[in-house]
Amino acid sequence: MLSEMAMSEDSKSFDVLVIGGGNAGLAAALSAREKGASVLVLEAAPKHFRGGNSRHTRNLRCMHDAPTEVLTDAYSEDEFYNDILRVTGGQTNEQLARMTIRASATCTEWMKQQGVRFQHAMGGTLHLGRTNAFFLGGGKAMMNAYYASAQRAGVQIAYDAEVTDLEIVDGEFRSATTVIEGKPTRISAKALVAAAGGFESNLEWLKEAWGPAAENFLIRGTPYNMGKILKRLIELGAQSIGDPTQGHCVAIDARAPKFDGGIVTRLDCVSLGIVVNKNGERFYDEGEDFWPKRYAIWGRLVAQQPDQIGYCIIDSKAMGKFMPSVFPPAKAQTIRELAKAVNLPVDKVEETVKAYNDAVQPGSFNHAIMDDCKTSGLKPEKTHWALRIDQPPFYAYSLRPGITFTYLGVKVNERAEVQLTNGKKACNIFAAGEIMAGSILGKGYAAGFGVTIGTVFGRIAGTRAAMQALNRAETSNGKEGGSFHAAN
Amino acid sequence: MLPTELMQEGDHLMTVCNACRYCEGYCAVWQAMERRLVFKESDLNYLANLCHGCSECYYACQYAPPHEFDINPPKTLAKIRACTYEMYAWPGPLAKVFRKNGVLVSLLTAVVLISFLLAVGASIGSSMFAPVRSGDFYQITPHEVLTLTFAAVGLFSALALLIGFLRFWRNVGEQVSGIANPAALMKAAKEVLSLENLDNGGVGCTYPGEESSQSRRWFHHATFYGFLSCFVATTLGAIYYYVLGWHGPYGYTSLPVIFGTLGGIALLIGPIGLFALKQNRNREIEDERQYGMDVSFIVLLLLTSISGLLLLWLRESAAMGTLLVIHLGIVMSLFLTLPYGKFVHGIYRSAAVLKWALERSRPPEHDVEV
Repeated sequence: MLSEMAMSEDSKSFDVLVIGGGNAGLAAALSAREKGASVLVLEAAPKHFRGGNSRHTRNLRCMHDAPTEVLTDAYSEDEFYNDILRVTGGQTNEQLARMTIRASATCTEWMKQQGVRFQHAMGGTLHLGRTNAFFLGGGKAMMNAYYASAQRAGVQIAYDAEVTDLEIVDGEFRSATTVIEGKPTRISAKALVAAAGGFESNLEWLKEAWGPAAENFLIRGTPYNMGKILKRLIELGAQSIGDPTQGHCVAIDARAPKFDGGIVTRLDCVSLGIVVNKNGERFYDEGEDFWPKRYAIWGRLVAQQPDQIGYCIIDSKAMGKFMPSVFPPAKAQTIRELAKAVNLPVDKVEETVKAYNDAVQPGSFNHAIMDDCKTSGLKPEKTHWALRIDQPPFYAYSLRPGITFTYLGVKVNERAEVQLTNGKKACNIFAAGEIMAGSILGKGYAAGFGVTIGTVFGRIAGTRAAMQALNRAETSNGKEGGSFHAAN
Repeated sequence: MLPTELMQEGDHLMTVCNACRYCEGYCAVWQAMERRLVFKESDLNYLANLCHGCSECYYACQYAPPHEFDINPPKTLAKIRACTYEMYAWPGPLAKVFRKNGVLVSLLTAVVLISFLLAVGASIGSSMFAPVRSGDFYQITPHEVLTLTFAAVGLFSALALLIGFLRFWRNVGEQVSGIANPAALMKAAKEVLSLENLDNGGVGCTYPGEESSQSRRWFHHATFYGFLSCFVATTLGAIYYYVLGWHGPYGYTSLPVIFGTLGGIALLIGPIGLFALKQNRNREIEDERQYGMDVSFIVLLLLTSISGLLLLWLRESAAMGTLLVIHLGIVMSLFLTLPYGKFVHGIYRSAAVLKWALERSRPPEHDVEV
């Protein structure tokens, strides 16, 4: 918490102000503090929900040349970069991406120094043990470690402290207005790190991008990513990057809470059954590829259907073959009853299932490989894992688009400096995390890369911001400079 | 049977946790959970007893209150655990002792103490308060009386604990013959004796507060090994008496006295430490209704060691007679309440750890990709 002195005043000055208390924000705060800067973190959420979307993360993607305690085998810069190239369809910035990848090699060690714990590489049933390091206990545990470390280091933290305005003059940050314990407070700082996330919690903004369909989107993570800092930076001359409709959008259980449902609302049964829209019609190949490679396109697919809803229908053969969702499915002895139970047009659903069953070709089912079970003569075909839906009881799960994060952001260079529309760079404004991830990811996603970007750019932004602030302190009338010479 | 509400709470917990699995690196509970897709009451009973109540998972949980999913694994599992203690208790009617456990254990201890003092007072009168040559306990209570009473109570308690264990074992779907698995027994013994599940890769666990620490583990070790050492001392004493024909009191350098003294000191440090930690616990993660049960057991252990050490120290003084009767009364109360108090956690926890060792030697029940 803020010290009493800071609380009692309506304005306060720091070397570095960090807006946003997630992975990127805390990485920046800790790095700036390591350099000797005085640091304040403004976190919009209350303490219980601190950490933005980082509290829902689980791992980060790391380059490494040899097995480590937390990663198996090796994952080279080129292989990593090719993965990013593939998932983004080339919509990336090679220089920034490669810089991030190279810097990822030191991330887990640095995070460990901050008290973050990792699962052992061989532990658990993780396929990603080679490319991704898993936090012991997940993202909230990681954030708890960061906050404890920040407290030890003397970083000041204010919760429930939403920033309502920024004062930026000619590309130079002067101050931010926030509310601390109900009191409007002006915070001036010599450098700003904007790490306040994307705008995925802001339904109005999502509607601007997606149209009215966005009303039916569910937000998988924090309700606090309203994009206010992003918007204000762009208004004040920061160069924006990325398409507002791009980001990470998966199909999740339609009964998930509007916000913060996180990992448990995912549904992994699409490839084991068929998916129909509210008219009872199929609309995409459910067996196109392994589910982990396809789940991130299904959010978009469902978003394009009427009323943004889909229904996955499976039979008893599929039960026990996928990770159970947190919500129980609708269940019935006949397809007609099932359709009725989820308010779908009964005749149409029955017709769709019959057409599908008739089109299923003989094959030997194997969910672990791209098997030869497929349909023939159907539109659209199901190309793998196609088994007849004929063994009652039948089950249905409803699906909605679930937004994980958005990519529209501010453009940064490799020193995390925010670029301005006039072609210059801001002199004391840095950005890290989701708010600038669009600088590297134009579209698509590779698991764990968001945390990598957050950690890498958080560290860079924090270090640069501190250096900027402390150098200026040395030249500015020697007011506070003296105490920082040693640390610098 | 678990109460319906608790069954639902447990089911909700496992449904959310098994769809999340972020905690799988923490302890055996989460790995055991991952081997299951549905959670019957018996699964909840098993997992509840496998839980060591360290609460790492609670602090790590993005669904912990105030999140609407309201997930609190240590608390929910503690509540289920308390129900299982009643469920497995033998003879059945005594299961009720688990409710209001603190009050009942205190009452019983008082009654036992008073009746001991009265009985001895009535039989030997004021010589109870006279110094006894070379601290010979049997001038206060005859050896046969002592042996017979304690053997009877000890055997009864052991039988009750054994039946409790068998009830647990059957309830969680295990066969008695399955125990004959040396590899699993070794694995379980190692985990139980080292409290591996409270270790978390060397940093300890989040008890009593959010900061990880080894303190609970070390204080529990002191308590457990102190208790064991006192038990060894008593057993050695019996061997000396019956097998070797050496009658006490034994010298300060004799094995029974060495084990008793070391055990007594550990049994001072351990329970005091556990009690102090308990006073500083995060109340959000505890089933507060068990506080009386937990504390009465800690206090009984502490009284055992204090009275035992005092007895050793003052065994040649006039206080010996009274101290001996008090010590015996406390030990008697401890023995009587073993199957109906906090002590049973050791039985069911160890059994659950053994089941977990056995489960790991079997193929998983499902092959769902995570």
